[in-house]
Amino acid sequence: MLEIKNLHARIAEDGTEIIRGLNLTVKPGEIAAIMGPNGSGKSTLSYILSGREDYEVTEGDILYNGESILELDPAERAAKGIFLAFQYPVEIPGVATMQFLKVAMNEQRKARGEAELTTPDFMRRVKDAAEKLKIDQAMLRRPLNVGFSGGEKKRAEILQMALLEPKLCVLDETDSGLDIDALKIVADGVNALKSPDRATIVITHYQRLLDYIVPDTVHVLYKGRIIRSGDKALALELEENGYADIIGEAA
Amino acid sequence: MNMQTTMRLTAAETALVEAFGAQFGELPGDGAVAGKRDRLLDDLKKAGLPTRRIESWHYTDLKNLLRTVPDAVSVPALDPIGPVVEGSQVLSVLQGEAAAKPSIESLDIAAFKEKLADGSAAAALTALDRDDAIGRINGSFVRDGFAITVPANTELEEPVELQALHGAGQIHTRFPVSFGASSKATIIERHCAVTEGAALVSSISDIALEDGAEVTWIILQQQGAADTHLGQIRVELGANAKLRLFVVNAGGKLVRQELRINVEGEGAELTLRGVNLLGGESHTDVTLVLGHNVPHTNSTEIIRNVVFDKASGVFQGMIRVAPDAQKTDAKMSCNTLLLTDDGDFSAKPELEIFADDVVCGHGATVADIDRNHLFYMMARGVPENKARAMLVNAFVAEIVEELEDEKLVEALEGVISAWLEKHA
Repeated sequence: MLEIKNLHARIAEDGTEIIRGLNLTVKPGEIAAIMGPNGSGKSTLSYILSGREDYEVTEGDILYNGESILELDPAERAAKGIFLAFQYPVEIPGVATMQFLKVAMNEQRKARGEAELTTPDFMRRVKDAAEKLKIDQAMLRRPLNVGFSGGEKKRAEILQMALLEPKLCVLDETDSGLDIDALKIVADGVNALKSPDRATIVITHYQRLLDYIVPDTVHVLYKGRIIRSGDKALALELEENGYADIIGEAA
Repeated sequence: MNMQTTMRLTAAETALVEAFGAQFGELPGDGAVAGKRDRLLDDLKKAGLPTRRIESWHYTDLKNLLRTVPDAVSVPALDPIGPVVEGSQVLSVLQGEAAAKPSIESLDIAAFKEKLADGSAAAALTALDRDDAIGRINGSFVRDGFAITVPANTELEEPVELQALHGAGQIHTRFPVSFGASSKATIIERHCAVTEGAALVSSISDIALEDGAEVTWIILQQQGAADTHLGQIRVELGANAKLRLFVVNAGGKLVRQELRINVEGEGAELTLRGVNLLGGESHTDVTLVLGHNVPHTNSTEIIRNVVFDKASGVFQGMIRVAPDAQKTDAKMSCNTLLLTDDGDFSAKPELEIFADDVVCGHGATVADIDRNHLFYMMARGVPENKARAMLVNAFVAEIVEELEDEKLVEALEGVISAWLEKHA
């Protein structure tokens, strides 16, 4: 589903290289965890996958279902089914949450040549998905993410993911700032979307989230490269011994 | 010793003087009115149109910007259009002439022409100061409008729309409206071009709020792409009066909207909100001169500007706090979304504070669309153009929503999104 080949990327503004020869393959149905210390390039990878223009790919390629996506803008990638759950979802005053959800869903449908949702159909979908994530209707009446607590923002991200039904989900530090109850709700939301044709990349600093979203593969990212891959046992090993040993081996 | 100064008149100034000569006999008004008109025109001729050397016109050099004055042409009879807010009572002024006066229950309404004819309007034909070009032009040429009195303790359920429609030509209107003690009303002053062709429009509204009156006054300027709009409102607020003033500029080629406001009663409150939608090669100037003249009064001013194309905009906000106007609380801000390299916006806040126990502040920002917002929306599949339009809308929607009244909010959001769809 996703093949990242010898990817090199830098910050467009100052040329700092962040990703240095990264290789990664994720299959349909797979949950892949990417772990690594601060500054290893985890968030940058999520931005590059979703097409943020602040980063420049200088070498290598990203293939999604066999096609390069490097030339696509973020909206085109989203319409193809790539979803990024933000580490810090932005607050957008003046844009109503419901309006935004409707526009996003319908624009993606339009881009794929599907019919737009009717208002009752849209309302029903939002209501069902919101209930599962314990999202209060009052929250949906507010402007997008404005005044939401950290936990509410993360739940709103998963709500959007559930409504948009992406094929490749990228969760960037979705566990940060969540208490254990909120973490369970969010993890349940992610697990409910697990299906044989959907892949998920979970980017996280800590093993904690992986107790609830169990990965098929675990990859350690350091200095812009994957230095070690394994199964979920690798995450436990990291929890026990920290990153130092693995980094030492790779050096 | 006599010193003779002769000033060469510009083409526009000459055209105004000639138009006055041609119309003088037929302009409505008694002898007192005719005398006032003649004096104002004479002052205009002597001073000329203001230039950038006049401080209050520094960013809108009218002499330079108003190159020609359209001929007073006859246009086909115009019909009133539907009100912007559904259910409003409509008072139409068509090509500068008040349409048949409808009766609105509980309001005292007269065509302004009658006030000119009987001379009772003469006192109002004035310039507010020696640089008041709008007062001079309007006073010289005004033909009609509506004079309205809202009696004390009257509450209007539906808005009243003062609907000034025009085609090409010269249109000069006046709207004196007084709100009796403890009355409540919403007025929409709407200026709208309905046919092509350049127009020169001047319009003055004299707004008086007696003690305890609560008024929402909306100025909706939707002039044509070749029109000059010179608007002015003269406001006086009595004790505990509350005025919510909302100015929307969504049209015109050369626009100056002056807000001359005096807070004269303790406990009075002014809420000014402005939305300026600027596109094409237009020039739009909103100039506020606000006097907090007595103690214990409040005001807040928020102006939001969106600049496209080669448009330029100006906001001048002068707040004067009189020496004994202690406990004044005034906050002004002007935020601009500059979406082009070829456009510009000048913000000039001025505070003149002569009292020592007041809270006054001002701020101005200029920004492009927030890239984090844009990326977030695009990452959810909203194409760039659509995302930009939503973000621009959001920037102004924030203050429109403050109006709270659902019908008003919906109507203004409709005007704004229609404009954005055409220009963005």
